[in-house]
Amino acid sequence: MTKIIPDVICPFCGTLCDDLEVVVSDDGKQLLEVYNACVIGTEKFLHSQSKDRVTRPRMHQPDGTWKEVSYDDAVEYTAQMLAKAKKPLMYGWSSTNCEAQSVGNEIAEITRACCDNTAAVCHGTTLIAVQDIGLPSCTLGEIKNRADRIIFWGCNPAHAHPRHMSRYSIFPRGFFTGKGQMSRKMIVVDPRVTDTAKMADVHLQVEQGKDYELLNALRVAFRGEWLPDVVAGIPKEKIREAADMMKSGRFGIIFFGMGVTQSLGKNHNIDEAIAVTKDLNEYTKFSIMPMRGHYNVTGSGEVFAWQFGFPYAVDLTRGFARYNPGDTSTIDLLIRGEVDAMFTIGSDPGAHFPISAVKQFAHIPSVCIDPHLTPTSGVSKLHVPVAFNGVETGGNCYRMDNVPIDCRKVVEPPEGMLTDEQFLIKVRDRVRQLKGAA
Amino acid sequence: MTEYIIKNGNVFDPVQGIKGDKADVAIKDGKIVDKVGSGAKVIDAKGKTVMAGAVEIHAHIAGPKVNMGRIYRPEDKLFTCTPTKGMERMGGGASIPTTFKTGYEYAKMGYTTAMEAAMPPLFSRHVHEEIRDTPIIDEGAFPVFGNNWFVMEYLKNKEVENTAAYIAWLIRVTKGFAVKVVNPGGTEAWAWGLNCLSVNDPVPYFDITPAEIITGLIEANEYLGLPHSLHIHPNNLGNPGCYETTLDTLKLAEGYKAKNKFGREQVMHLTHSQFHSYGGTNWGDFESKAKEVTDYVNSHKNITIDTGNVTLDETTTMTADGPFEHHLTGLNNLKWANIDVELETGSGVVPYIYSPSISVCAIQWAIGMEIPLMMKDPMRCYITTDHPNAGPFTRYPRVIKWLMSAKAREAQVNAFKHKDKVLSQTSIGTLDREISLYELAQMTRAGPAKSLGLTSMCGGLKPGMDADVAVYNFNPDKPVANPDDIEKAFSRCAHVFKSGIEVVSNGEIVSNGHKRTLWVNAKVKDNPQVMRDINEKFLKYYSMTQANYEALGHHFVPNPYTLEVDAT
Repeated sequence: MTKIIPDVICPFCGTLCDDLEVVVSDDGKQLLEVYNACVIGTEKFLHSQSKDRVTRPRMHQPDGTWKEVSYDDAVEYTAQMLAKAKKPLMYGWSSTNCEAQSVGNEIAEITRACCDNTAAVCHGTTLIAVQDIGLPSCTLGEIKNRADRIIFWGCNPAHAHPRHMSRYSIFPRGFFTGKGQMSRKMIVVDPRVTDTAKMADVHLQVEQGKDYELLNALRVAFRGEWLPDVVAGIPKEKIREAADMMKSGRFGIIFFGMGVTQSLGKNHNIDEAIAVTKDLNEYTKFSIMPMRGHYNVTGSGEVFAWQFGFPYAVDLTRGFARYNPGDTSTIDLLIRGEVDAMFTIGSDPGAHFPISAVKQFAHIPSVCIDPHLTPTSGVSKLHVPVAFNGVETGGNCYRMDNVPIDCRKVVEPPEGMLTDEQFLIKVRDRVRQLKGAA
Repeated sequence: MTEYIIKNGNVFDPVQGIKGDKADVAIKDGKIVDKVGSGAKVIDAKGKTVMAGAVEIHAHIAGPKVNMGRIYRPEDKLFTCTPTKGMERMGGGASIPTTFKTGYEYAKMGYTTAMEAAMPPLFSRHVHEEIRDTPIIDEGAFPVFGNNWFVMEYLKNKEVENTAAYIAWLIRVTKGFAVKVVNPGGTEAWAWGLNCLSVNDPVPYFDITPAEIITGLIEANEYLGLPHSLHIHPNNLGNPGCYETTLDTLKLAEGYKAKNKFGREQVMHLTHSQFHSYGGTNWGDFESKAKEVTDYVNSHKNITIDTGNVTLDETTTMTADGPFEHHLTGLNNLKWANIDVELETGSGVVPYIYSPSISVCAIQWAIGMEIPLMMKDPMRCYITTDHPNAGPFTRYPRVIKWLMSAKAREAQVNAFKHKDKVLSQTSIGTLDREISLYELAQMTRAGPAKSLGLTSMCGGLKPGMDADVAVYNFNPDKPVANPDDIEKAFSRCAHVFKSGIEVVSNGEIVSNGHKRTLWVNAKVKDNPQVMRDINEKFLKYYSMTQANYEALGHHFVPNPYTLEVDAT
């Protein structure tokens, strides 16, 4: 006999779908099937069942091989590394739950670490822009129930957030949007003809790196002022058409992604996009929302903020929290060779950081906490596999609109495996002993 | 647990009517007791002031909009960060301190209970995670109901019983404490960029007026017999001339009587009344209408209020009144954050600088002073700064100084750039009342505790009550040489006990206590219609499934304290 667990939360992307159904074996040890999830989400659940999964910590040997060690040894290595380091870096946090993040912050406080999450390579620029100009936003249910103008700017939900459009933004029939897709106009801004762009009513194929110019032109168009014939590769008639479409809606939203946050202009692009949103509120109701990637990168920013006061790039080395992106941000710290220990959890900087930053891992003690084998685990001195959060353990996570949803445990982890939180608690207690902290 | 005896202090306790007499306070097993054994630890309080732990009735200290403030205001941390120290976690922030700093700062000032004033139900988990990480003080949170679709649909059809059943359900699943209303109908209208500026403005689509929402929620609240009454932030906050809307709102409570087993007498609590007592037609002829509002409240015993004192600081405004924050960013051009919440509410955040050089800010300060000085019954008027909206809660000692010393007020008035305007637009110059320590204990302890329905638990020093005690380095027998001594004395306690544990000694944190989350479990008759409606809304309109909505489990509410209400 098998049983179906309903209302399961998908620990993959910031869409944080919570309507999955998972079929597990009667003894609750095997996960057999996943319903309602996108292909990526399904794969994430099923991957936990793979037979070749690493289930015990492993130390990298000088000859390049790996030697299995116990969790206790792993705790000792990690605690010693963090306690001895002058300036340890604790990076990641985006694919684990808020409880683990909280324990991690305690360790960071005792060891005076630099703490950062994956906003470093995603929406960190968004956070800087929000600190400049604010953020008129809303929850995703508001989009579902009210929005009739949807703008995707520099993002491709068809591939990156596969159920976003069906659950929240384009297709659902909400309270004031009974006709679903028919009641919405969709604008996509992207230099590429993506699968999302192909669905759009208006596709503004912006010249690469010219997002700021186009956003600025839209603000000019809202006011009906003079525009050059072509801005950012788009004819002015098309810009005016898009501007009128935005202004004429009852409730609109701009979703934006890496295409604007990590291309030329960075935070200034977002500044301007938020200014566009503010302007539109003079005519109608408009919101803006970053398409957060990891399923709990938002939560990491929230936990950092209520415990330390800043959402990412937090430096505790002086005994209190400081924040100065560019100075206290992970990639910069690594490239300048300032950190002497690297602790990674719930993310894969090895795959996403510039190679000059990744090379630093080789020079310093490093630990990677990750259920998967990743480029980061490959270059770290110690790899600690843990239970899959959201599959083999629960815990709170924050959706891209900051709505907290408590993940569910659906199967038991392989015998003897620890969760992120359990491992971190052991490390914290050992670090306390080593540091003689209260 | 250690027994304590606090000896020879000047005790001020409105619950027992003690007005500064020298008395001993004994603590055993977390409670105030008549006497303790000879082995009890002696705290010498000679020449000191002893009161119950203070009760905060309205502050924004946990949840999504508070954290939005922290996230988007790194400048608020400048020069305010505190390092790890003993058992104190590191902290930071002035107007929106981190959770740890929030708990420590309250405790150091002698506060032991605080209410988070607006919890968006969809975000209840976030609120509870922050409450969990706020040490020492007991906390509860008020879910907001004034723009809730269920409430508006039921009350449009005058279905009070269904409204009550829905309130009971929502308070239970969100682990909430009371029924909060913010700009009733106006925040729903804001989802379309509109607002409701009077109690008779119909809410778009829902075709109900704020007045109907307010009276319906009073009826539902009394039907359930909840510990606290309806807690309202009325329509039209902060605009010149808004006092008329305030009076219209207060009048809606006429004829209603409190029904509950908690000793609460009011049916409506008007919060941050300073923001609702403005006259004039624009910012030029802006004036105080504190007299009109307090006259009404003085003569109607079923209403309590808190002040919302402007402290003349740079701060961060945040409220579920979404349209107001949009209005405010238009006034001061500072950064604007907005969070509309599906089916339930909305909110906004805008930094604000209350400058003593700006006449409107100075008049706001004066109105905040007038209200408590004009209120005849200190048991019905409580000191707040609507933290952080009118100023950070860490300024309470300064507000206390101003209220206790006419000299300090006069000095402040003289320091205003537009002193003449302040004097002509308000009556602050004619008020020479000075709040006594006994009245202070009423306004910060016994009063708010009674209004919250916690009168058997906290706010007093009667044997049997929780041993929440604050000892101040303030000798009431000596004349005050300098009003600043008052501020100093109330900033850092000599000793604070929370549920019998010494948490502060000589102004320093010595224990993180056993912080509790207060919530209300209201039982109602099975109501299949309401449960079906809830089910349907989740299936069709929420972006979350019903099964994932409830804040359940140790990581949200590790140490609950439940107030049981039976309305079956």
